[in-house]
Amino acid sequence: MALALVLIPALGAAAALLYRDNHRRPWLLVAVAVLHLALTVAVLFGAIPAPDTAWLWLDPPGRLVLGLVSVLFLASAIYAVGYLRYRAERNNAVFVAALSALLTALTIAVLSRHLGVMWVAVELAALVSAPLIYFNRNKRSIEATWKYLLVGSVGVAIALLGTFFIAYAAVHGGAEPSLRLDDLATTAPTLSRPWLRAGFVLVLVGYGTKMGLAPMHTWKPDAYGEAPGLAGALFAGGVTSAAFLAILRVLRVCNAAGEGAYASSLLLGLGLFSMAIAGALLIGQRDVKRMLAYSSVEHMGILAIGVSLGGVGTFGAMLHLLANGLTKGVLFLSAANLHRGYQSRFTTDVSGALRGMPVSATLFLLGFFAITGAPPFGPFVSELTIARAAFLGDQPLTGALFLLFLLVVFIGMGQTVLKLCFGDGPGPTTTWRDRVATTAPIFALLALVLMLGTLIPEPLSALLHENVTWLEVHP
Amino acid sequence: MGSLLDSLLVLVLVLNLYALGTSRIAVVIRVVALQGFVLAALPLLAHGEIGAESVIISVAAVALKAVIIPMMLFRALRDVQIRREVEPLISTGASMLLGGLGAALALAFAKNLPLTAHDGHSLIVPAALATVLAGFLLLTTRLKAISQVLGYLVLENGIFIFGLVLVDAVPLVVEIGALLDLVVAIFVMGILLGHIRREFSSIDTRALSALKED
Repeated sequence: MALALVLIPALGAAAALLYRDNHRRPWLLVAVAVLHLALTVAVLFGAIPAPDTAWLWLDPPGRLVLGLVSVLFLASAIYAVGYLRYRAERNNAVFVAALSALLTALTIAVLSRHLGVMWVAVELAALVSAPLIYFNRNKRSIEATWKYLLVGSVGVAIALLGTFFIAYAAVHGGAEPSLRLDDLATTAPTLSRPWLRAGFVLVLVGYGTKMGLAPMHTWKPDAYGEAPGLAGALFAGGVTSAAFLAILRVLRVCNAAGEGAYASSLLLGLGLFSMAIAGALLIGQRDVKRMLAYSSVEHMGILAIGVSLGGVGTFGAMLHLLANGLTKGVLFLSAANLHRGYQSRFTTDVSGALRGMPVSATLFLLGFFAITGAPPFGPFVSELTIARAAFLGDQPLTGALFLLFLLVVFIGMGQTVLKLCFGDGPGPTTTWRDRVATTAPIFALLALVLMLGTLIPEPLSALLHENVTWLEVHP
Repeated sequence: MGSLLDSLLVLVLVLNLYALGTSRIAVVIRVVALQGFVLAALPLLAHGEIGAESVIISVAAVALKAVIIPMMLFRALRDVQIRREVEPLISTGASMLLGGLGAALALAFAKNLPLTAHDGHSLIVPAALATVLAGFLLLTTRLKAISQVLGYLVLENGIFIFGLVLVDAVPLVVEIGALLDLVVAIFVMGILLGHIRREFSSIDTRALSALKED
């Protein structure tokens, strides 16, 4: 029954290719999304037993990401109906099919119990993302798609080599070789240390490329810049979370093998570096979508720092995973509205958006405050938790750098966002106007972000704690 | 069987150098196809006995790496109408030299790796590392988009070789899944190559430089 989570979007993708009506086709996405979310809720609340096979099951971080992906997909699906109606001149069969296939791949990645299956799913997600980036079919989108495919493919190839190294660590250790994550965690103390370490480095680099951790982030501003906003929302909230999930699962094996300190130091280094690079490139950024891409690099860094601190930091990181994903949905979708309205993503062309497109610009502005850690939104709580973990954990330098980078990012993004929202530019230049389908999903996502910042429901809080104990296994 | 396995692995290494040392793209495609063919024989030899699983992997590898992918690449090559790699970042001679150096280092380095007694005597692990390095070299020093695809293929071949020490640990579905993913990736890249050629009138990746920070 729970396997329908995978089947429904897969059938949706097939149906999108067969269905001829270009105008009604986007509604398939909504149907898929509603069924997927209903099943997800049923599984998360135990009404339907979670899948429990040799390859698929549902671990605690999987529960978090499954909920996140499902909610984001529903928001994007409703948005897609409005967006694709506006762009009715284009055939959207491949776009709709690729979106549905992306949900299939992400669901498999979330549910996987086996490192190999996880890898196949992440690679599949990468491949079906290519037509999403290429939707606009111009020179810039070709360039972005090419870089995305090549860098992404090499990245996942490295992740496969890392997976093989970890498998060899098991072979060398003499244990019954298996790539099942729970087997690996149980036999972790017998794994060959050098191979496990090398495997973790490769997995971190490989999946880190998909996540967009610096310095493997080079494809990200191009791909996020050229892809339609709703695809950007799914990339920044869904694909990156799935890649992070892969790293978390291998990190757990490292923790169980007693190599947690080594793995954490690598994560901490990459995390701080990502925040620094993102901060530097956000200053003076004129392209709104590239700005969001660098913001995503920054937040991937925050996730890495959070789990590297452990304990309270892990709690903060897991909360941030949700908060960042949902806020990225708000930002990408509202930025897409502004982009459509003004036919430009540059602050040189767009200004005074609060007057020109009040609804979308207000949502964008609130999204900006949320993502930069202003109260009372979700990222405020999660970032504060991570900073607290750094200072409490006797890592004042990490804490100080973390706060400094947050400040730099706030100033950098602030300049761009203020130019965009205020000022006295002309109004929208196209016939695109804010409609229910293209604003209501953003409101819903923003409400969830607000909920994470004010009142975390009891079941969610319990799940976050469960995640911390799940990750912190000791040999 | 061990000596035959090692001779084939040496052949793989020689093909790496050949691919690095030539600038004619059609020749590189043939070399990579031949490498795929040689690789496909390896699962049959790596374990002393021939099981159903290794036969399936071998057949799939021949079909995909030695036939289908090269055919897709030849079609892409015909569409984009170019013959050779011009002005690679470093000359073909130099990249061949670097490839050789990489192979030597991989052989020396493998002595220090903690390998099980069985794997320590064969060339599998050093050959895998050297092939991954050769793939990286092709990827980073060639400027034509299609040559970069070939570099990615060689990189994947290196990972495939490493997979030989793992047949017990990595299930068939994952091996086949990895091969199929590779085919789909090359297929998508092939389609994109045609679009690049149409929009930019070349597949020189230096033309792909509109997206950057100012």
